[in-house]
Amino acid sequence: MAEKSKEIDKSSIIKRPPMDLKHPQETLLRKKAIPTIYCPGCGIGTTIHAFLEALTKYSKIPQDQIFVVSGIGCTGRASGYINLDGFHAIHGRAIPFASGVDIAKPSLKPIVISGDGDLFSIGLGHLAHAARRNTDMTVICINNAIYGLTGGQDAPTTPVGAKTRSTPYGKISFPFNLSHITIANGATFCARYTVYEFVQLSKAIGRAINHQGFSFIEVISNCHVNFGRRNDLGDSIAMRQMFKKARVRMKEEDIGFDLHKTDIEYEIGKGFTKIPTGVFLNEKDEPEEFSERITHAYEFKK
Amino acid sequence: METHQHPEDKYYFITDEERCKGCGLCIEFCPKDCLGFSDEINEKGWRVAKMHRMKDCIKCYMCERMCPDFAIFVNEDESAEKAET
Ligand SMILES: Cc1ncc(C[n+]2csc(CCOP(=O)(O)OP(=O)(O)O)c2C)c(N)n1
Ligand code: SF4
Ligand code: SF4
Ligand code: SF4
Ligand SMILES: [Mg+2]
Repeated sequence: MAEKSKEIDKSSIIKRPPMDLKHPQETLLRKKAIPTIYCPGCGIGTTIHAFLEALTKYSKIPQDQIFVVSGIGCTGRASGYINLDGFHAIHGRAIPFASGVDIAKPSLKPIVISGDGDLFSIGLGHLAHAARRNTDMTVICINNAIYGLTGGQDAPTTPVGAKTRSTPYGKISFPFNLSHITIANGATFCARYTVYEFVQLSKAIGRAINHQGFSFIEVISNCHVNFGRRNDLGDSIAMRQMFKKARVRMKEEDIGFDLHKTDIEYEIGKGFTKIPTGVFLNEKDEPEEFSERITHAYEFKK
Repeated sequence: METHQHPEDKYYFITDEERCKGCGLCIEFCPKDCLGFSDEINEKGWRVAKMHRMKDCIKCYMCERMCPDFAIFVNEDESAEKAET
Protein backbone atom coordinates (compact mmCIF):
# COMPACT_ATOMS: atom_id res chain seq x y z
CA MET A 1 0.00 0.00 0.00
CA ALA A 2 1.31 3.45 -0.85
CA GLU A 3 2.41 5.47 2.13
CA LYS A 4 0.38 8.49 1.15
CA SER A 5 -2.87 6.62 1.62
CA LYS A 6 -1.90 5.86 5.23
CA GLU A 7 -2.34 9.49 6.22
CA ILE A 8 -5.21 10.32 8.51
CA ASP A 9 -7.68 12.68 6.92
CA LYS A 10 -9.85 14.49 9.46
CA SER A 11 -11.41 16.98 7.04
CA SER A 12 -14.51 14.84 6.56
CA ILE A 13 -15.57 15.10 10.22
CA ILE A 14 -18.77 17.05 10.71
CA LYS A 15 -19.88 18.38 14.07
CA ARG A 16 -23.58 18.88 13.48
CA PRO A 17 -25.11 16.23 11.19
CA PRO A 18 -28.25 17.46 9.42
CA MET A 19 -30.27 14.44 10.50
CA ASP A 20 -30.68 12.02 13.35
CA LEU A 21 -28.03 9.33 12.85
CA LYS A 22 -28.49 5.90 14.34
CA HIS A 23 -27.58 2.26 13.75
CA PRO A 24 -30.05 0.60 11.31
CA GLN A 25 -30.88 -2.00 13.97
CA GLU A 26 -31.03 0.51 16.86
CA THR A 27 -34.74 0.09 17.64
CA LEU A 28 -34.30 -3.69 18.02
CA LEU A 29 -31.52 -3.34 20.60
CA ARG A 30 -31.97 -3.04 24.36
CA LYS A 31 -29.76 -0.01 24.74
CA LYS A 32 -29.32 -0.37 28.51
CA ALA A 33 -27.75 -3.81 28.07
CA ILE A 34 -25.21 -2.65 25.46
CA PRO A 35 -22.19 -2.99 25.29
CA THR A 36 -22.65 -6.75 25.54
CA ILE A 37 -20.64 -8.90 27.95
CA TYR A 38 -19.05 -10.69 24.99
CA CYS A 39 -15.29 -10.68 24.48
CA PRO A 40 -14.10 -8.26 21.76
CA GLY A 41 -14.61 -9.80 18.33
CA CYS A 42 -16.89 -12.65 19.44
CA GLY A 43 -19.03 -14.10 16.64
CA ILE A 44 -22.17 -14.14 18.76
CA GLY A 45 -22.55 -10.35 18.37
CA THR A 46 -22.23 -10.68 14.60
CA THR A 47 -24.88 -13.42 14.57
CA ILE A 48 -27.32 -11.31 16.63
CA HIS A 49 -26.67 -8.52 14.11
CA ALA A 50 -27.43 -10.89 11.19
CA PHE A 51 -30.64 -12.00 12.90
CA LEU A 52 -31.81 -8.40 13.42
CA GLU A 53 -31.01 -7.58 9.79
CA ALA A 54 -33.03 -10.64 8.73
CA LEU A 55 -35.98 -9.36 10.78
CA THR A 56 -35.91 -5.90 9.25
CA LYS A 57 -35.04 -6.90 5.66
CA TYR A 58 -36.09 -10.44 4.80
CA SER A 59 -38.72 -11.71 7.22
CA LYS A 60 -42.41 -11.46 6.33
CA ILE A 61 -43.56 -11.93 9.93
CA PRO A 62 -44.42 -8.73 11.86
CA GLN A 63 -41.94 -7.99 14.62
CA ASP A 64 -44.58 -8.10 17.36
CA GLN A 65 -45.21 -11.76 16.49
CA ILE A 66 -41.60 -12.80 17.03
CA PHE A 67 -40.71 -14.39 20.37
CA VAL A 68 -37.02 -14.91 21.15
CA VAL A 69 -36.07 -17.77 23.48
CA SER A 70 -32.53 -18.60 24.54
CA GLY A 71 -30.91 -21.09 26.88
CA ILE A 72 -27.78 -20.77 29.02
CA GLY A 73 -24.30 -19.92 27.77
CA CYS A 74 -22.62 -16.90 26.21
CA THR A 75 -25.07 -17.34 23.32
CA GLY A 76 -27.90 -17.72 25.79
CA ARG A 77 -27.62 -14.08 26.74
CA ALA A 78 -28.81 -13.09 23.23
CA SER A 79 -32.48 -12.74 24.21
CA GLY A 80 -31.48 -10.07 26.75
CA TYR A 81 -29.96 -7.82 24.09
CA ILE A 82 -32.89 -7.96 21.66
CA ASN A 83 -35.74 -5.55 22.22
CA LEU A 84 -38.54 -8.03 21.45
CA ASP A 85 -40.67 -10.35 23.57
CA GLY A 86 -38.52 -13.16 24.84
CA PHE A 87 -37.44 -15.49 27.59
CA HIS A 88 -34.08 -16.60 28.98
CA ALA A 89 -34.82 -20.25 29.72
CA ILE A 90 -32.87 -22.69 31.94
CA HIS A 91 -30.00 -24.77 30.57
CA GLY A 92 -31.04 -26.99 27.65
CA ARG A 93 -34.73 -26.10 27.90
CA ALA A 94 -35.11 -23.33 25.35
CA ILE A 95 -36.86 -25.68 22.88
CA PRO A 96 -39.56 -27.01 25.26
CA PHE A 97 -40.33 -23.41 26.19
CA ALA A 98 -40.56 -22.39 22.52
CA SER A 99 -42.79 -25.42 21.78
CA GLY A 100 -45.12 -24.26 24.55
CA VAL A 101 -45.27 -20.77 23.07
CA ASP A 102 -46.10 -22.16 19.62
CA ILE A 103 -48.82 -24.52 20.88
CA ALA A 104 -50.49 -22.04 23.23
CA LYS A 105 -50.37 -19.15 20.74
CA PRO A 106 -49.81 -20.37 17.16
CA SER A 107 -49.82 -16.78 15.87
CA LEU A 108 -46.41 -16.24 17.53
CA LYS A 109 -43.22 -17.39 15.87
CA PRO A 110 -40.69 -18.61 18.44
CA ILE A 111 -37.03 -18.13 17.56
CA VAL A 112 -34.50 -20.08 19.62
CA ILE A 113 -30.98 -18.62 19.73
CA SER A 114 -28.63 -20.82 21.72
CA GLY A 115 -25.26 -22.51 21.85
CA ASP A 116 -24.02 -25.89 20.67
CA GLY A 117 -23.63 -27.05 24.27
CA ASP A 118 -27.08 -25.92 25.31
CA LEU A 119 -28.92 -27.38 22.31
CA PHE A 120 -26.86 -30.50 21.58
CA SER A 121 -25.62 -31.85 24.88
CA ILE A 122 -28.06 -31.17 27.72
CA GLY A 123 -30.86 -30.21 25.29
CA LEU A 124 -30.36 -32.81 22.54
CA GLY A 125 -33.46 -34.85 23.43
CA HIS A 126 -35.71 -31.82 23.19
CA LEU A 127 -34.25 -30.75 19.85
CA ALA A 128 -34.72 -34.21 18.31
CA HIS A 129 -38.39 -34.36 19.29
CA ALA A 130 -39.25 -30.81 18.25
CA ALA A 131 -37.72 -31.60 14.83
CA ARG A 132 -39.64 -34.89 14.65
CA ARG A 133 -42.96 -33.13 15.37
CA ASN A 134 -42.10 -30.34 12.89
CA THR A 135 -43.01 -27.72 15.48
CA ASP A 136 -43.22 -24.25 13.90
CA MET A 137 -40.04 -22.58 15.16
CA THR A 138 -36.65 -21.36 13.98
CA VAL A 139 -33.59 -22.61 15.84
CA ILE A 140 -30.38 -20.60 15.40
CA CYS A 141 -27.52 -22.61 16.92
CA ILE A 142 -24.19 -20.85 17.40
CA ASN A 143 -21.58 -23.56 17.01
CA ASN A 144 -18.28 -22.35 18.48
CA ALA A 145 -17.09 -25.94 19.19
CA ILE A 146 -16.77 -25.23 22.92
CA TYR A 147 -18.59 -24.41 26.17
CA GLY A 148 -17.67 -20.73 26.11
CA LEU A 149 -19.32 -19.31 29.21
CA THR A 150 -18.02 -21.87 31.70
CA GLY A 151 -14.38 -21.50 30.67
CA GLY A 152 -13.81 -23.72 27.64
CA GLN A 153 -14.75 -27.34 28.40
CA ASP A 154 -15.20 -29.65 25.42
CA ALA A 155 -18.62 -29.62 23.75
CA PRO A 156 -20.16 -32.40 21.60
CA THR A 157 -18.97 -30.35 18.60
CA THR A 158 -15.29 -30.11 19.62
CA PRO A 159 -13.20 -31.73 16.83
CA VAL A 160 -10.87 -34.69 17.40
CA GLY A 161 -7.45 -33.52 18.60
CA ALA A 162 -8.58 -30.09 19.81
CA LYS A 163 -7.32 -29.00 23.21
CA THR A 164 -9.81 -27.67 25.71
CA ARG A 165 -9.85 -27.12 29.44
CA SER A 166 -11.24 -30.63 29.96
CA THR A 167 -9.23 -32.34 27.18
CA PRO A 168 -5.69 -30.92 27.77
CA TYR A 169 -4.02 -33.66 25.63
CA GLY A 170 -6.46 -33.33 22.74
CA LYS A 171 -9.99 -34.62 22.35
CA ILE A 172 -10.30 -38.31 21.50
CA SER A 173 -14.02 -38.78 20.80
CA PHE A 174 -15.80 -37.82 17.56
CA PRO A 175 -17.85 -34.62 17.18
CA PHE A 176 -21.48 -34.24 16.12
CA ASN A 177 -22.40 -32.82 12.74
CA LEU A 178 -25.28 -30.63 13.93
CA SER A 179 -26.95 -30.12 10.54
CA HIS A 180 -26.82 -33.88 9.89
CA ILE A 181 -28.48 -34.71 13.21
CA THR A 182 -31.22 -32.14 12.77
CA ILE A 183 -32.08 -33.22 9.21
CA ALA A 184 -32.04 -36.88 10.25
CA ASN A 185 -34.56 -36.11 13.01
CA GLY A 186 -37.06 -34.47 10.67
CA ALA A 187 -36.30 -30.74 10.34
CA THR A 188 -37.80 -29.30 7.14
CA PHE A 189 -35.33 -26.43 6.58
CA CYS A 190 -31.62 -26.49 7.37
CA ALA A 191 -28.72 -24.17 6.51
CA ARG A 192 -25.18 -23.62 7.74
CA TYR A 193 -23.03 -20.48 7.38
CA THR A 194 -19.95 -19.09 9.07
CA VAL A 195 -19.98 -15.66 10.74
CA TYR A 196 -17.78 -14.43 7.87
CA GLU A 197 -20.67 -14.90 5.38
CA PHE A 198 -22.90 -12.23 6.93
CA VAL A 199 -25.23 -11.49 4.01
CA GLN A 200 -25.87 -15.14 3.14
CA LEU A 201 -26.40 -15.92 6.82
CA SER A 202 -28.87 -13.08 7.21
CA LYS A 203 -30.81 -14.11 4.09
CA ALA A 204 -30.91 -17.74 5.25
CA ILE A 205 -32.25 -16.67 8.65
CA GLY A 206 -34.94 -14.68 6.84
CA ARG A 207 -35.92 -17.75 4.80
CA ALA A 208 -35.95 -19.88 7.93
CA ILE A 209 -38.28 -17.44 9.71
CA ASN A 210 -40.67 -17.43 6.73
CA HIS A 211 -40.62 -21.24 6.59
CA GLN A 212 -43.60 -23.01 8.19
CA GLY A 213 -42.32 -25.80 10.41
CA PHE A 214 -39.04 -26.65 12.10
CA SER A 215 -36.18 -24.66 10.57
CA PHE A 216 -32.56 -24.89 11.69
CA ILE A 217 -29.61 -22.55 11.12
CA GLU A 218 -26.12 -23.61 12.20
CA VAL A 219 -23.73 -20.67 12.59
CA ILE A 220 -20.01 -21.51 12.74
CA SER A 221 -18.67 -18.88 15.11
CA ASN A 222 -15.35 -17.90 16.65
CA CYS A 223 -14.70 -18.36 20.36
CA HIS A 224 -11.10 -17.20 20.02
CA VAL A 225 -10.81 -16.75 23.78
CA ASN A 226 -11.58 -20.28 24.91
CA PHE A 227 -11.20 -22.38 21.74
CA GLY A 228 -8.80 -20.39 19.54
CA ARG A 229 -6.31 -19.58 22.28
CA ARG A 230 -5.78 -23.19 23.38
CA ASN A 231 -5.42 -24.42 19.79
CA ASP A 232 -3.11 -21.68 18.44
CA LEU A 233 -5.77 -20.34 16.08
CA GLY A 234 -5.09 -16.68 16.88
CA ASP A 235 -7.54 -13.88 17.57
CA SER A 236 -10.99 -13.18 16.14
CA ILE A 237 -9.49 -11.76 12.93
CA ALA A 238 -7.35 -14.86 12.33
CA MET A 239 -10.28 -17.17 13.03
CA ARG A 240 -12.55 -15.32 10.59
CA GLN A 241 -9.80 -15.45 7.94
CA MET A 242 -9.70 -19.20 8.60
CA PHE A 243 -13.48 -19.45 8.04
CA LYS A 244 -13.11 -17.44 4.84
CA LYS A 245 -10.58 -19.98 3.52
CA ALA A 246 -12.31 -23.12 4.80
CA ARG A 247 -15.88 -22.51 3.63
CA VAL A 248 -17.07 -24.59 0.67
CA ARG A 249 -20.46 -23.74 -0.82
CA MET A 250 -22.80 -26.73 -1.15
CA LYS A 251 -26.27 -27.00 -2.59
CA GLU A 252 -29.09 -29.40 -1.78
CA GLU A 253 -28.44 -31.28 -5.06
CA ASP A 254 -24.75 -31.76 -4.25
CA ILE A 255 -25.57 -33.47 -0.97
CA GLY A 256 -28.43 -35.80 -1.91
CA PHE A 257 -28.83 -38.50 0.72
CA ASP A 258 -25.20 -38.53 1.80
CA LEU A 259 -25.23 -36.07 4.68
CA HIS A 260 -21.63 -36.98 5.51
CA LYS A 261 -20.70 -34.65 2.67
CA THR A 262 -21.51 -31.81 5.08
CA ASP A 263 -18.95 -32.98 7.68
CA ILE A 264 -16.57 -30.32 8.96
CA GLU A 265 -12.83 -31.11 8.74
CA TYR A 266 -10.27 -30.05 11.32
CA GLU A 267 -6.50 -30.46 11.48
CA ILE A 268 -4.41 -30.09 14.62
CA GLY A 269 -2.38 -26.88 14.42
CA LYS A 270 -4.18 -25.64 11.29
CA GLY A 271 -7.71 -25.41 12.58
CA PHE A 272 -10.78 -25.86 10.38
CA THR A 273 -9.76 -26.87 6.87
CA LYS A 274 -13.18 -27.53 5.36
CA ILE A 275 -16.56 -26.10 6.37
CA PRO A 276 -19.37 -26.94 3.92
CA THR A 277 -21.89 -24.07 3.99
CA GLY A 278 -25.15 -23.32 2.26
CA VAL A 279 -28.82 -24.28 2.41
CA PHE A 280 -28.75 -28.05 2.95
CA LEU A 281 -32.48 -28.74 2.99
CA ASN A 282 -35.63 -26.86 2.04
CA GLU A 283 -38.64 -29.14 1.91
CA LYS A 284 -41.25 -27.62 -0.33
CA ASP A 285 -44.00 -30.20 0.20
CA GLU A 286 -43.52 -29.70 3.87
CA PRO A 287 -45.58 -31.77 6.31
CA GLU A 288 -48.04 -29.72 8.36
CA GLU A 289 -46.49 -28.08 11.37
CA PHE A 290 -47.42 -29.31 14.83
CA SER A 291 -49.84 -26.62 16.10
CA GLU A 292 -51.91 -26.95 12.91
CA ARG A 293 -52.15 -30.72 13.43
CA ILE A 294 -53.34 -30.11 16.98
CA THR A 295 -56.06 -27.73 15.73
CA HIS A 296 -57.20 -30.29 13.10
CA ALA A 297 -57.28 -33.12 15.63
CA TYR A 298 -59.34 -30.97 17.98
CA GLU A 299 -61.86 -30.01 15.28
CA PHE A 300 -62.13 -33.65 14.18
CA LYS A 301 -63.04 -34.70 17.72
CA LYS A 302 -65.81 -32.10 17.90
CA MET B 1 -19.78 9.53 18.39
CA GLU B 2 -17.74 10.81 15.48
CA THR B 3 -19.50 11.54 12.22
CA HIS B 4 -17.90 11.78 8.79
CA GLN B 5 -19.53 12.96 5.61
CA HIS B 6 -18.43 11.63 2.25
CA PRO B 7 -17.11 14.54 0.13
CA GLU B 8 -19.07 13.58 -3.00
CA ASP B 9 -21.85 11.18 -2.15
CA LYS B 10 -24.08 12.44 0.59
CA TYR B 11 -23.88 9.75 3.20
CA TYR B 12 -22.61 9.62 6.73
CA PHE B 13 -20.27 7.33 8.55
CA ILE B 14 -20.47 7.01 12.33
CA THR B 15 -18.20 5.39 14.93
CA ASP B 16 -19.48 5.03 18.49
CA GLU B 17 -16.56 5.14 20.95
CA GLU B 18 -18.71 4.02 23.87
CA ARG B 19 -19.60 0.72 22.19
CA CYS B 20 -16.35 -0.14 20.41
CA LYS B 21 -14.24 -2.91 21.95
CA GLY B 22 -11.23 -2.47 19.68
CA CYS B 23 -11.35 -5.95 18.14
CA GLY B 24 -10.11 -4.59 14.80
CA LEU B 25 -12.46 -6.68 12.64
CA CYS B 26 -13.76 -3.62 10.78
CA ILE B 27 -10.21 -2.41 10.10
CA GLU B 28 -9.08 -5.82 8.81
CA PHE B 29 -12.04 -6.48 6.53
CA CYS B 30 -12.51 -3.00 4.98
CA PRO B 31 -11.69 -3.60 1.28
CA LYS B 32 -10.45 0.01 0.83
CA ASP B 33 -8.31 0.23 3.97
CA CYS B 34 -10.20 3.30 5.18
CA LEU B 35 -10.19 2.54 8.88
CA GLY B 36 -7.58 2.47 11.63
CA PHE B 37 -7.11 2.55 15.37
CA SER B 38 -7.18 5.95 17.02
CA ASP B 39 -4.99 7.08 19.92
CA GLU B 40 -8.13 7.44 21.97
CA ILE B 41 -8.92 4.95 24.74
CA ASN B 42 -12.54 4.70 25.80
CA GLU B 43 -14.09 4.45 29.26
CA LYS B 44 -13.82 0.64 29.30
CA GLY B 45 -10.14 0.76 28.32
CA TRP B 46 -10.35 -0.31 24.67
CA ARG B 47 -8.45 1.39 21.87
CA VAL B 48 -11.23 2.44 19.50
CA ALA B 49 -11.50 2.20 15.72
CA LYS B 50 -11.94 5.40 13.69
CA MET B 51 -12.48 6.45 10.10
CA HIS B 52 -9.16 7.65 8.69
CA ARG B 53 -9.78 8.12 4.96
CA MET B 54 -13.44 8.83 4.26
CA LYS B 55 -12.85 9.77 0.62
CA ASP B 56 -11.82 6.16 -0.16
CA CYS B 57 -15.00 4.67 1.34
CA ILE B 58 -17.26 2.89 -1.16
CA LYS B 59 -20.24 2.31 1.16
CA CYS B 60 -19.97 -1.48 1.01
CA TYR B 61 -21.23 -1.98 4.60
CA MET B 62 -18.53 -4.60 5.31
CA CYS B 63 -17.37 -2.81 8.50
CA GLU B 64 -20.92 -2.42 9.78
CA ARG B 65 -21.66 -6.10 9.20
CA MET B 66 -18.41 -7.41 10.67
CA CYS B 67 -18.75 -5.41 13.90
CA PRO B 68 -20.12 -7.57 16.72
CA ASP B 69 -20.91 -4.55 18.88
CA PHE B 70 -23.04 -2.27 16.67
CA ALA B 71 -20.35 0.40 17.05
CA ILE B 72 -19.74 1.39 13.42
CA PHE B 73 -22.34 2.16 10.77
CA VAL B 74 -23.26 3.96 7.59
CA ASN B 75 -26.35 6.15 7.31
CA GLU B 76 -27.83 7.36 4.06
CA ASP B 77 -29.54 10.69 3.86
CA GLU B 78 -32.79 9.63 2.22
CA SER B 79 -34.20 13.15 2.09
CA ALA B 80 -31.17 14.37 0.11
CA GLU B 81 -31.65 11.59 -2.44
CA LYS B 82 -35.31 12.47 -2.81
CA ALA B 83 -34.50 16.15 -3.30
CA GLU B 84 -32.09 15.29 -6.13
CA THR B 85 -34.60 13.28 -8.15
C1 LIG C 1 -28.25 -27.62 34.67
C2 LIG C 1 -26.97 -26.90 34.39
N1 LIG C 1 -25.85 -27.63 34.12
C3 LIG C 1 -24.69 -27.02 33.82
C4 LIG C 1 -24.62 -25.64 33.78
C5 LIG C 1 -23.30 -24.96 33.44
N2 LIG C 1 -23.27 -24.41 32.11
C6 LIG C 1 -23.56 -23.14 31.87
S1 LIG C 1 -23.39 -22.68 30.26
C7 LIG C 1 -22.88 -24.25 29.85
C8 LIG C 1 -22.51 -24.63 28.46
C9 LIG C 1 -22.74 -23.57 27.45
O1 LIG C 1 -22.21 -23.95 26.23
P1 LIG C 1 -22.83 -23.43 24.87
O2 LIG C 1 -24.30 -23.72 24.87
O3 LIG C 1 -22.03 -23.99 23.77
O4 LIG C 1 -22.72 -21.85 24.95
P2 LIG C 1 -21.53 -20.88 24.59
O5 LIG C 1 -21.11 -20.29 25.88
O6 LIG C 1 -20.46 -21.65 23.91
O7 LIG C 1 -22.16 -19.85 23.70
C10 LIG C 1 -22.87 -25.09 30.97
C11 LIG C 1 -22.46 -26.50 30.94
C12 LIG C 1 -25.80 -24.90 34.05
N3 LIG C 1 -25.82 -23.55 33.99
N4 LIG C 1 -26.95 -25.56 34.35
S1 SF4 D 1 -15.99 -16.86 25.89
FE1 SF4 D 1 -16.00 -17.30 23.68
S2 SF4 D 1 -18.17 -17.45 23.13
FE2 SF4 D 1 -18.06 -16.43 25.14
S3 SF4 D 1 -18.04 -14.21 24.68
FE3 SF4 D 1 -15.91 -14.87 24.83
S4 SF4 D 1 -15.30 -15.38 22.70
FE4 SF4 D 1 -17.55 -15.32 22.78
S1 SF4 E 1 -18.35 0.96 4.13
FE1 SF4 E 1 -16.84 -0.43 3.19
S2 SF4 E 1 -15.30 0.92 2.29
FE2 SF4 E 1 -16.48 2.17 3.74
S3 SF4 E 1 -15.30 2.03 5.66
FE3 SF4 E 1 -16.85 0.42 5.74
S4 SF4 E 1 -15.82 -1.40 4.95
FE4 SF4 E 1 -14.57 0.38 4.35
S1 SF4 F 1 -15.49 -4.11 14.62
FE1 SF4 F 1 -16.70 -2.78 16.00
S2 SF4 F 1 -15.95 -3.23 18.06
FE2 SF4 F 1 -14.42 -4.05 16.61
S3 SF4 F 1 -12.92 -2.38 16.37
FE3 SF4 F 1 -14.43 -2.12 14.72
S4 SF4 F 1 -16.00 -0.70 15.58
FE4 SF4 F 1 -14.77 -1.46 17.30
MG1 LIG G 1 -20.67 -23.18 22.49
